[in-house]
Parts: sequence; C-alpha cells; structure tokens
Amino acid sequence: MLSGTLSVEALLEKISAETRAQIIQRDIENPLMIGIRTGGAWIAERLHQDLDLETPLGVLDISFYRDDFTQVGLNPKVQPSQLPCPVEGRHILLVDDVVMTGRTIRAALNELFDYGRPASVMLITLLDLQRRELPIQADVVGGTLALGPDQSIKLSGPDPLTLTIRQRD
Amino acid sequence: MSDPINRCPIQLTENGQLRHFLTTEGLPRELLTEILDTADSFVDMSAQQVKKVPLLRGKTVVNLFFEASTRTLSTFELAAKRLSADVLNLNISTSSTKKGETLKDTLMTMRAMHSDMFVVRHSDSGAAHFIAEQVTPDVAVINAGDGRHAHPTQAMLDMLTIRRHKGQFEGLKVAIVGDILHSRVARSQIHALRILGAEEIRVIAPQTLLPRHIESLGAKVYTDMNSGLRDVDVVMMLRLQKERMDSALLPSESEFYKLYGLTRDKLAFAKPDAIVMHPGPINRGVEIESAVADGERSVILDQVTNGIAVRMAVMSMAMSGQLAEKNRAQPDIDNLNL
Repeated sequence: MLSGTLSVEALLEKISAETRAQIIQRDIENPLMIGIRTGGAWIAERLHQDLDLETPLGVLDISFYRDDFTQVGLNPKVQPSQLPCPVEGRHILLVDDVVMTGRTIRAALNELFDYGRPASVMLITLLDLQRRELPIQADVVGGTLALGPDQSIKLSGPDPLTLTIRQRD
Repeated sequence: MSDPINRCPIQLTENGQLRHFLTTEGLPRELLTEILDTADSFVDMSAQQVKKVPLLRGKTVVNLFFEASTRTLSTFELAAKRLSADVLNLNISTSSTKKGETLKDTLMTMRAMHSDMFVVRHSDSGAAHFIAEQVTPDVAVINAGDGRHAHPTQAMLDMLTIRRHKGQFEGLKVAIVGDILHSRVARSQIHALRILGAEEIRVIAPQTLLPRHIESLGAKVYTDMNSGLRDVDVVMMLRLQKERMDSALLPSESEFYKLYGLTRDKLAFAKPDAIVMHPGPINRGVEIESAVADGERSVILDQVTNGIAVRMAVMSMAMSGQLAEKNRAQPDIDNLNL
C-alpha cells in the first residue's frame, strides 16, 4: 500500500512540459491560467512562472458552487474569486492539484461560465486519483494514483509544496 | 441582563454556527468577522456576468414584513434571489387586535408550505425571537428589524462598509448621531462595534432622544455635536424616526437640524478622512445637509451595495448552520474538497 510523501517537483516539471506542448499543439495564444483555491492556486502559481505567461494568474474559489452545500454547509474560509480580466472568448488553463470525483471541476466550470463564455478550457492536474463520479477528464496529468479506500492525499504549501498520503482512522 | 431576547443562545447551533440571526448582541467576534469575510466575497461577485450563485437553490425564503419597508424588503429579496432561492414577499398588517394569534397562524401556514427561511420585520421588540422559538428547527429566521430592539443586518452592513474603507476596527472612533431612543439600528451598531473592537463609540443626541442607561452598552454620551464629532473616524447618522416619534420630544425639525444636522461646518470637527454613513432613506435638511450626503466623504451608496452582500452572507450562513444541524449525524466528510 502507498504511504509517505511524493515529490511535487517531478510532477510539476512533467505538467509544465506537457502544458507547453498542448498550448503549441492547440495553437493557443495568450491563455488565461486560473487555479482553484487552495491547492490548485499554488500549483498554478508555479506553472504560471514556468510557462512565463503574459496574462496575470486568476484564482477561483468554488465554495459558493459546491454541490454538497446541503450536506456540509458553507466553507467558513471562503474568499473572493479573483480573475484579472474577462473570461469571455479566452482560452482558459484550469489548474487543480488533484482530480478525483470531478465535482470540484464541475463547480469550477459552473462558476467560470457565470463570468462569461470562454473559447476553450484545458484542465491541468498534478494527480489523477481516479474514482470519478462525473464524466470529466484532465487534459494534462502529472501522475495517476490509486489510493486505498481509507487513504487520502493532501497538498501542503505553498513553500515547499509537499504531497502527503494519509491513512484515515 | 435578565432580558431573554438580549442573550439569544437560540441563534447558534451546538457547534457555534449561526442558525438564526436575531441580534448582534452577545455574538463572538469570530462569527461577526466570518460574516464580514463571507460578505466581502459576495461584494466581489459583482464582476460576474451572471450575478447569482447556486447556494440556496431549491430553498424557499419568505419575507414576512409586519411593518412596511421598501428598501429593506427589496435588498433582502435581491439577496435571496442572488443566492438562487425562491422568494415570497408577504406584507402583513399588524392592525389586528388579536396580534399574537394571527401571528402564530401565519407562521404555521408558512411552515406547512415547507419554507426554509423567514426574514422577519415587526414593530414589536422581540418578534423575531418569538418567531424563531416557534419554528426551530425547521426554519431559519433572520431579523430584519424588530421594534426598538435590533436590526442586525443593517448593523453588519455598516460594519462591512467601515471595514472596507478603514481596513480594521482597532483604533477607530465612531460617532452615532440622531434619534438614538427609537433606533434599533443604533443598538445593533453599538453591540457590533464593541464586539469588533472599535476604540471609542460615541452617541450624540439631545437628552430627549437618548435612552436611559445607554452608557451601560459601552457608549460615551454627548449632547453637543461639535465636541462629539471631534477627531472621529466614522460618523453614522440615524434617520429621524418620524413615524415612531410619539410626542413633543423635539421642538421642531428645523431646530433639530440646527443643533444635530450634519453640515459641512460640523463635519469639519471630525478627522479629515472621516467617512459619513446613513442607513437611508435620507431626510435632507433634517439630519444631513445635501452637500454632505452627496459629498466625497459620504459612503451612503456603498452601504446599499454592501447591504445586499451582507444579507447574502447571513442568509447562506444561517442556512448552512441549519442544514449542518440536520446532518450532524452523518459520517466522515473529511476530504470532500477533491
């Protein structure tokens, strides 16, 4: 069974290279990168630097769009989403640290579309944890990980970034 | 403090989450700060093309207004709609002599319609608290003004406006001016300011419009405008409650204006960067000079904008507390953020 910490740097390098390749392949000019708070925003910050993108980084807080509000209520640490420019007609690079059920990404897409109609959205993630509950796939994936049913993974950061696999009691 | 409506443990869940919002009094600073933080996020939502979030989708919010109010009702309605709730507005006259019975019947009817939240405005102090007692745990109750007791969302939108302009409450001197006696807003403001840590809270009014023992709430009393306004950071004007004015507490409106109206001359005693607030609607030339109300230090229209955000915050937090109570028995929710 998996345990311990994973190297974030190696995964970052990989998604950075693949994102660059995808941008060229899709012939995207001046994309707008948006990280999902909190883990996704940390990863996006590093990627944004690596790729030397022109448009400033955006941050999305999806707390108001979660589909589990009726079960878990409002996140008390909700912060404003900050988008540096309108998303209308822009190519979006959406970044999250991990993708599992796909529900966070669904919420993020819903919020994004409340800001306008992007030209395209590319999904980038450090880790794909599988266990999908919605038909959502990432375009760029650092690695795939199959956690045990009682395991979870947490990204800590922003400096240094570490991924820790935890055993739930 | 034996008055039951002033203590209000009914407002919080066992875990300390908001479930009703009836008064600012006695709430912990962290909770008021959480309301302001959440509201800040809603203010920034105005950048969205679709100014709506799905938090209260499928929930029914009933605005139960036993006392007329266009402004408060419309901001509550808009707040609920921006949270995607279904909204029903009821203006109910209080003229009936069998008030208690009628009220109870109305509540039971509304509850039978599976409403999730009541926003209540009533001319009797303690009405919102009474209603909350009747409908807990099925319905969350937000107080939109009860008698002379409290108007907590107005106080919190004022707090949000102050924080967005001044950054913090530490070190701030705040003056509340006007008809303190009849003002539920003033009471809620004083409690909120004290809880959030304002350095000095002053009330400025003629003797006849000051409630007895107002000092016990932690406010300094002034009957003279110029000395009361000296070096303050924030001037909060109150509306002259003409409809609540019983008798000859005032000689005349013009004399009130002469002594307590906020003019440019009087404002000069405050700090040069002092902000001017008013809950609206403004009685120009009675409480405030037009040049001040429309001047660059006036933040009166910011208050309106912030009012919607604060009401969205309070409604979503109360609904959240309400739902959390219902789901408390449910198992491990760790890690849903994936």
